Amino acid sequence: MFTNTNLMEFIFGRLSWSSLAFTHDPIILATFVVVVIGGSAVVGAITYFRLWGYLWREWFTSVDHKKIGIMYVILSLVMLLRGFADAIMMRTQQAIAFGANEGYLPPYHYDQIFTAHGVIMIFFFAMPLVTGIMNYVVPLQIGARDVSFPFLNNFSFWMTTAGAVIIMISLFVGEFARTGWLAYPPLSGADYSPGVGVDYYIWGLQVAGVGTTLSGINLIATIVKMRAPGMTMMKMPIFTWTSLCTNVLIVASFPILTATLVLLTLDRYVGTNFFTNDLGGNPMMYVNLIWIWGHPEVYILILPAFGIFSEIVSTYSGKRLFGYASMVYATVVITILSYIVWLHHFFTMGSGASVNAFFGITTMIISIPTGAKIFNWLFTMYRGRIRYEVPMYWTIGFMVTFVIGGMTGVMLAIPPADFVLHNSLFLVAHFHNVIIGGVVFGLLAGINFWYPKAFGYRLDPFWGKMSFWFWLTGFYFAFMPLYVLGLMGVTRRVNHFEDPSLQIWFIIAAFGAFLIALGIASFVIQIVVSFFKREQLRDTTGDPWNGRTLEWSTSSPPPEYNFAFTPVVYDHDSWYDMKNRGYVRPLEGFKPIHMPKNTGTGVILSAFSVSLAFGLIWYMWWLAALSFIAIMVVSIAHTFNYKRDYYIQAETVTATENARTKQLAEQA
Amino acid sequence: MKLIRRLSALALPLALSGCDLVVMSPSGDIATQQRDLIIVSVVLMLLIIVPVICLTFYFAWHYRRSNINAKYDPEWHHSTRLEVVIWAAPLAIIIALGAVTWVSTHRLDPYRPLDRIDANRPVTPETKTITIEVVALDWKWLFLYPEQGIATVNEIAAPIDTPIEFKITGSTVMNSFYIPALAGQIYAMPGMQTKLHAVMNKEGVYEGFSANYSGDGFSGMRFKFHGMSNDNFGQWVARVKEQGSALNRDAYLKLERPSNRVPVTYFATVEDGLYDAILNLCVKPGQMCANEMMHIDMMGGAGKDSHENRKRLEYDTRWSADAGPGATHPATGHGAKEPTQAEGVNAPAEAPAGHEGHSVAPDQLNTNPKP
Repeated sequence: MFTNTNLMEFIFGRLSWSSLAFTHDPIILATFVVVVIGGSAVVGAITYFRLWGYLWREWFTSVDHKKIGIMYVILSLVMLLRGFADAIMMRTQQAIAFGANEGYLPPYHYDQIFTAHGVIMIFFFAMPLVTGIMNYVVPLQIGARDVSFPFLNNFSFWMTTAGAVIIMISLFVGEFARTGWLAYPPLSGADYSPGVGVDYYIWGLQVAGVGTTLSGINLIATIVKMRAPGMTMMKMPIFTWTSLCTNVLIVASFPILTATLVLLTLDRYVGTNFFTNDLGGNPMMYVNLIWIWGHPEVYILILPAFGIFSEIVSTYSGKRLFGYASMVYATVVITILSYIVWLHHFFTMGSGASVNAFFGITTMIISIPTGAKIFNWLFTMYRGRIRYEVPMYWTIGFMVTFVIGGMTGVMLAIPPADFVLHNSLFLVAHFHNVIIGGVVFGLLAGINFWYPKAFGYRLDPFWGKMSFWFWLTGFYFAFMPLYVLGLMGVTRRVNHFEDPSLQIWFIIAAFGAFLIALGIASFVIQIVVSFFKREQLRDTTGDPWNGRTLEWSTSSPPPEYNFAFTPVVYDHDSWYDMKNRGYVRPLEGFKPIHMPKNTGTGVILSAFSVSLAFGLIWYMWWLAALSFIAIMVVSIAHTFNYKRDYYIQAETVTATENARTKQLAEQA
Repeated sequence: MKLIRRLSALALPLALSGCDLVVMSPSGDIATQQRDLIIVSVVLMLLIIVPVICLTFYFAWHYRRSNINAKYDPEWHHSTRLEVVIWAAPLAIIIALGAVTWVSTHRLDPYRPLDRIDANRPVTPETKTITIEVVALDWKWLFLYPEQGIATVNEIAAPIDTPIEFKITGSTVMNSFYIPALAGQIYAMPGMQTKLHAVMNKEGVYEGFSANYSGDGFSGMRFKFHGMSNDNFGQWVARVKEQGSALNRDAYLKLERPSNRVPVTYFATVEDGLYDAILNLCVKPGQMCANEMMHIDMMGGAGKDSHENRKRLEYDTRWSADAGPGATHPATGHGAKEPTQAEGVNAPAEAPAGHEGHSVAPDQLNTNPKP
């Protein structure tokens, strides 16, 4: 790298004017213009209303798990819009590109889009949303005042954001990977993907992966160490249980992803041969490694959704969850089994029959605890008194949709059947069926469920139901045709078709995607309308749904310290139990509360991580080196920061609690 | 089995008569058995899924809040009897499916030679078979017929009711060789060989394609599979021999360069050992074959000489060396690696036939002339 004497190349590495994608692609140019205008409007508005200081002090540097949770959710919703724009573009291309019509996306662009869609939806929509909701809810559910490591939490969030920023930069500067969302070598190797696309992919995921892993460690420590007195493991709310299992999966599996990507990085940057065709490399090893991470990842997403549904079914049925213990065991069994099924993602790579059969059968075994869970929700509704609020709509929609996805999943688990279905649109339909029908429905249900806790007012039910019905029907219109197309032998990631008889199915699918777009729009409208109707929808009790777990025992939104006194737990569904025993809120005797202090280190470290990644991607070695040094210096300097905590004075606590007492009295 | 056929007869017209569900109505015996598996598994699972969906709707309706006649029991949360049923019912289904899976995975293992031509005709020692070697190139398919001595691009033909043994490899990145009407797919990977045994039972022209994304020209990696009578197949071979040119190493190296939507091409002759050279990444003159290196390694390695061998084993970089487009043409215009010339010399590497037996052991310090 130092033999290069060209100054421009030394400074800019591989970057040049022609790398700017919008200079040669009208679609990206239009996007760029919209982003620039929208971005300047937002920045201008914040400056005009003098909000920078407020945002910095109250949000960016905050170590409050509630604010960090909300920021995670905002990040994920922004990225949902980007990922969904990709989806609409793909659906449109496939609906029109038949025969003489090549469509409007050449392979160069189309291949980036399906890669970006997968990466963004999994890593930057689903993951931050899951983490965000866990972050917000778990400490409240276990009666804690914050997570175990509040600064780490802030840092994790900003690293996830940094990863998202790196991926977004690739839209305008250079290109994104054209390899599919898991970047199988040799295609993703230096020889067959020499551009910057795969490097964006690698560094985006590595930076975000730091955040994900650390937040996993943080939440495990929180759940293990910070539960309220009396809350034994078998008295934890079920959502906390699923969060615990999810974070165990994160901590155990993300290092595998990191290591795999490091090996790929070495192949690409220094010419090692881990995954090349020649010199003893083995691409099949990458496929194994990436799925040893990739399969647990699926359960990382779905387990919290299962937890959310459990809380919702129980709350709106007005009934304790049926079979709590078997629900916990089912969750733990799924956690363990998720590590011994990875090979089902590549039965077609030529493993022997016994190996394939083993992994096929372990995969099917997972459907037993999952089936048990479905029955538990079913029998929670049995002899209940079900209130049909919006989250309950999502739950019923989930139960019906998810079993169909489960069925097609077991079909794919039979190796000889997988030989004819693998990589087909049937497979695409299957995993969207479980991810949309399971994860997305669960997370949207969770947002509707906990929104009043976070903001003090409920979400407007009308637009919530609109959103639900558009999503549900949109899902069926978009993905049932893909099942059919899969059985017609149509494979995935194709950007042009010859057979005109397929077109009608793609048009139906595109219509479905359009309905989902209306679903997303309704969700956005729901949030806006609710904001303007917030006085009508106000929740003054802190317990709008007649809830059962501790988060509903405090005010909405909760004070900074969550609980003035740490609650004591005697039974499952502690808040329900407290209400039954005639719990009386303490009105005096408040003590000062020890709290962690805000810090800007997380923001700074994440900014340097972005510039480090940018330097590495474009071979601007000086920038990478400087950024790395900066990261080290800031990290070390932060260890000398002794102003890490403060006390909320007893008077402040008393004032806050008295205000709530007054509010509750007005209510009564 | 009769039951399956009856069910499938029922299911097919139900499943959308207008369109061609090739996976559900294939023409080859292997794909037919795979189809039967899909039907068996769906029926088994519907035993549990239909009641679950019905119960969901029923409970959701019956226990709604406005129905005050429904029983409300907020403390009811456990029933051992029900728990046993909840776990046992899916378990029973999975035991049945697991047994089906174990047996069928072994019976339909793509590496396993066929033992039947269709449900009624077993394979006997007299049954003629045919071998076809498949190479996935950027972005087209090369088929070599070692017994007929011919090769084709993007067209494949085989006599019906004749067991076919496919030997499959690739030249650069992973693809998947898939003819839905014939049999399930299997990956085509460079430097490695996978196998597929299948048989076509009906004459006709069927679609084939790559089912694993492989870069820019992936969408155009399609070909036709012609199932023919024995006589017609003989005529087809004759036509290939008449119209085709010669496929030697030079022609292969030209063919191998990335190209899109290549029309059907015939080759009347194929240079000896070409498929083995492709498989061992040593078609280019001077390259060392991977199996030769493996043999040297097996014998304890070549010591310091391995440094010289290294350059002759480099394979992936050969395009960036020529500044040609890679499997995914770079937007930036320049490659990530320094162009390293896969330097080699003169005589094509001697490729020993397959590396299974190691019967013709090459010299410890291989016999090819060094650069």
